[in-house]
Amino acid sequence: MLRRLYHDQPESFAFTTANQAWAEGQITKYPEGRQASAVIPLLWRAQEQEGWLTRPAIEHVADMLGMADIRVLEVASFYFMFQLQPVGSVAHIQVCGTTSCMICGAEDLIGVCREKIAANPHEISEDGKLSWEEVECLGSCANAPMAQIGKDYYEDLTAERFGEMIDEFRAGKVPVPGPQNGRYGAEPLSGLTSLTEHESGKTKYNASVQLATDIGDTVKRIDGSEVPLLTPWSGKNATPTSKARAEAAGLAGKPEKPEAPKSAVQQAAEAKKKPAAKAKQAEADHEKVDGAGDAEREEDAGKDAKDAKGQATAPSGDAGADKRTEDGGKASEAKTEKPGPKAGAKDAEPAAGSKPETLTEARGGKADDLKAIKGVGPKLEKLLHSMGFYHYDQIAKWTDEELEWVDKNLEGFKGRARRDQWVGQAQTLAEGGDTEFSNRVKKGDVY
Amino acid sequence: MLQDSDRIFTNIYGMHDRTLKGAQKRGHWDGTADLIKKGRDWIIDEMKASGLRGRGGAGFPTGLKWSFMPKESDGRPAYLVVNADESEPGTCKDREIMRHDPHTLIEGCLIASFAMNANTCYVYIRGEYIREREALQAAIDEAYDAGLVGKNAAGSGWDFDIFLHHGAGAYICGEETALLESLEGKKGMPRMKPPFPAGAGLYGCPTTVNNVESIAVVPTILRRGGAWFAGFGRQNNAGTKLFAVSGHVNNPCVVEEAMSITFEELIEKHCGGIRGGWDNLLAVIPGGSSVPCVRGEKMKDAIMDFDYLRGELGSGLGTAAVIVMDKSTDIIKAIWRLSKFYKHESCGQCTPCREGTGWMMRVMDRLVKGEASVEEIDMLFDVTKQVEGHTICALGDAAAWPIQGLIRNFRDVIEDRIAGKRGAIAAE
Repeated sequence: MLRRLYHDQPESFAFTTANQAWAEGQITKYPEGRQASAVIPLLWRAQEQEGWLTRPAIEHVADMLGMADIRVLEVASFYFMFQLQPVGSVAHIQVCGTTSCMICGAEDLIGVCREKIAANPHEISEDGKLSWEEVECLGSCANAPMAQIGKDYYEDLTAERFGEMIDEFRAGKVPVPGPQNGRYGAEPLSGLTSLTEHESGKTKYNASVQLATDIGDTVKRIDGSEVPLLTPWSGKNATPTSKARAEAAGLAGKPEKPEAPKSAVQQAAEAKKKPAAKAKQAEADHEKVDGAGDAEREEDAGKDAKDAKGQATAPSGDAGADKRTEDGGKASEAKTEKPGPKAGAKDAEPAAGSKPETLTEARGGKADDLKAIKGVGPKLEKLLHSMGFYHYDQIAKWTDEELEWVDKNLEGFKGRARRDQWVGQAQTLAEGGDTEFSNRVKKGDVY
Repeated sequence: MLQDSDRIFTNIYGMHDRTLKGAQKRGHWDGTADLIKKGRDWIIDEMKASGLRGRGGAGFPTGLKWSFMPKESDGRPAYLVVNADESEPGTCKDREIMRHDPHTLIEGCLIASFAMNANTCYVYIRGEYIREREALQAAIDEAYDAGLVGKNAAGSGWDFDIFLHHGAGAYICGEETALLESLEGKKGMPRMKPPFPAGAGLYGCPTTVNNVESIAVVPTILRRGGAWFAGFGRQNNAGTKLFAVSGHVNNPCVVEEAMSITFEELIEKHCGGIRGGWDNLLAVIPGGSSVPCVRGEKMKDAIMDFDYLRGELGSGLGTAAVIVMDKSTDIIKAIWRLSKFYKHESCGQCTPCREGTGWMMRVMDRLVKGEASVEEIDMLFDVTKQVEGHTICALGDAAAWPIQGLIRNFRDVIEDRIAGKRGAIAAE
C-alpha cells in the first residue's frame, strides 16, 4: 500500500519536556549501540503528542537515535498505526473490519462512519473533529464488532450505540470504553461458565477500562504528564516504583532520569551530518568525540549545579547535545560553542548566559496569559511556567545575558525568545498596553 | 469439562484481584526460586515431558525449542523474546492474559529465560494493545518492586531484566524473524532461515521466540509437574488451552479448556450453542484466519486438537481461534475479507506473496459478485498453489490456505453464484 508524507507539513517538532524524558528512558531498554530499537515507541509517542506523524517528527526521532532519516521514514510508512496525514482534532476512529467483526456487523459500523463523519476513510469531518478508517483485526474478536478510538477499545457495538458514541465524542464527552452491552470482558454474556467463584469480588471495570477511566486519556494528546515515568530496570530508582507512581502522579518534575546511552556509532553519525566543507573538522571531532562528549556532559553538569536551587532542572546531558547538532546548519556557531576535549566546565559556562530570577509559583496564584506574547503557544507557556516564569514583568526585565540563558534552556524551542522578541512584547504588555498579536488573542482568534 | 482447580489462568476474566498480591493468593510466584534451583536440564526435561506445543499457531514442541539454545555462551548474550503481537484474525486470548493475569507471563519469562541462559527478555506486544501494555507494564513494575525480577530475581541468584516493547500495527511482525527485525528498529520483513534465531536472532545473538500463552503456562506446569499437564488431551496434543470463540454463537467468549475437547462440547458448555441451532451452522474456521475453513456438518463431532483438525479435516488448530459462521453468512465474502487482510498485510518482500495476494483478492472479488467463469475457480486454486511454499515466511501459505479451503468445501456455492448470475443475464 502506498503511503506518503502529507503535502502540508509543520515547520518543527519537539517533544514536550516530559515526553523527552520518557523517550530517553525508553532508549535505555536496549543494549548500548542498539538505540534504533526504540524507533517505534518514539515515533508512536510523537504521534500521541501531535495526533499524527509529521515529517519534522520523523527527522527529530532520527536525530535522537542516530539513524538516517530514510530508515525512520521507512519504518513510519511500513507500520499502519502511524498516521501520515492529519486526523480529526477530537478522535480518529478505527473500525475493525476483518472477518469476525465483519460477520458480526462491522459493515454497519462503517456505514455509520460514512454517514456521521465523512464519506471516505481518512477524510476529516466537516467540523474538523473526527476522522475514521477501517483497520485489520484488532484482536478483540470475542467482543465483535468493535472499534478503537484513541487509546481505547469500544467493544460489543451495535450501529445504534456506535452512532450515539460518535455524537458523544463530538460533544466533547468520552463514553466509558470496553464492552457496550453490559459485559465485563471476554466472558460469556449470559454468565460465567468457569471460574465462577471469583465473580463476586470483581471491581467495577475490567483492567483495560479501569486504566482508561483512571488515567482519563482516551482521546487526549499525550504530553507525558499523564503517568509518572518509571524505569525500574535501571535500578536507579531511589524509591520503590509503586511509591514513586503515587508520589509522582501529577508532578511536573521527573523521577530520576537514567542517562541515555550514546554510542560511538551515534556520535559518528552526528559528526557526519555536518556540512561537507567542514568534513575535516568533523573527522577531527569524530576522533575526539569521546572527550567532547564528556566535556559537554560536564558543561551541562555545571549548568545543573547552577540551576539546582530546589527546582526541577531543564533536561540535560545528551538531550542537550542532540539539540545542538540539530542546528547542524549553523555548524560554525556550534563549533565556537563546542569545547575541545580539554575544555572544562569553566570555559563553557560564560556562553550559557546567566539565569534570571524565577518564581516557584505565580504571584497571588494568578499568572499572566503568556500566550498573548507572539511566539508563545500553550506548550511554551507550560514550559515557561515549569521554569518559573509566570508574569510579563519577569520577561520584560531579562537582560541580554539572561535572554541568552533562557534561549538555551527552552528545551525544544531554543532561540525562540530572541527570535520572537519576547522581551519587547512583554514590556508593552507589562505596562498594560496591547500588541497587534495580543489583541487577536483577546478576540479569541488564535487559541 | 475442565475443573476450575485445573485451570492455569484463574483470573482470565479479570474479576479477581489483578495485582501481584492477588496473583500470589492464587498461587503464582510460589517457590519460583526453588524451581530455578532445580536447574536448566530439569526444567527443559519437565517441559518436554509436559508435551506442551507452542500456542502461537505452529504447534512446535516448546521444550524441544528451548533445547536448541546454546548450553554455554560464546560471549554473546542470549535473549528470550515473547511474541505478544497477537494479530491473527479471530485470536484474542493473549490479550486476556496480559491485561488480567499478567503475573503468569512475567513469572514464566523469568523461568524460561533462566532455562535458556538468557538474562534479558523482551516482550513484543502489538501496538494497538495500549491498555494491555499499560496493565502488563504495571505488573512488571510491581514485580521489580517486590524483587521478583531484576538483580537476583525472586532470590534465585539469577539476574533478569524484562522489557516491554511494542509494535505499530503490522501483522507480519507476528512472524518470529520479522518480529526480531522490528524489535531492532527496522521494517518487519522476515529473514531467511537458516540461520535460525536460536543461532543468530536478536542483535545476532541466540534468541528464542515464544508465544505469550506458551510462556505463561510454564510456571504452573513446573509446579504441578509435566505429567499433570500431559494428562489433558489426547496423545501428542497435551494440556489445557485458551479457546477464543467468535462469530455466530450465542455467547462468544475466551475460555480455557482441555485440549481434544469436542467442538460440540466447547460450544454448548461455554458459548450457549450456535445461533439458530446446530442446523444453522454453515462453516467454522477452527484456528484463526490462516487455516482452511471446514463445513459445519463435519465440525460438530470434531476434536479440537492439532492432529485431528489437520489429519481428519485438512484444517488446523492454529491459535485455537474459532470463528463460527451460520447460514446467514456469505461464505465467499467472509473468505474474500481474509484475502483482503493478507493483501493489506503482505510485507512486500517476496514477489509471489506481494503480487499473489492482490491477484487472489481481485479474483475473489469477482467470485463474490459471481462475475466470473467457472474456469476461474481452478485458475485461482492453481495460483494459490504457486504462492504457497514459495515465500520466505508462511504469510504466503496463510493467504493461500483459506482460499483452498473455500474451494475444497464450498465449490458448489461458488458455482451456483456464477450460474445464478449467468442465468440472470440470460433471462434479461
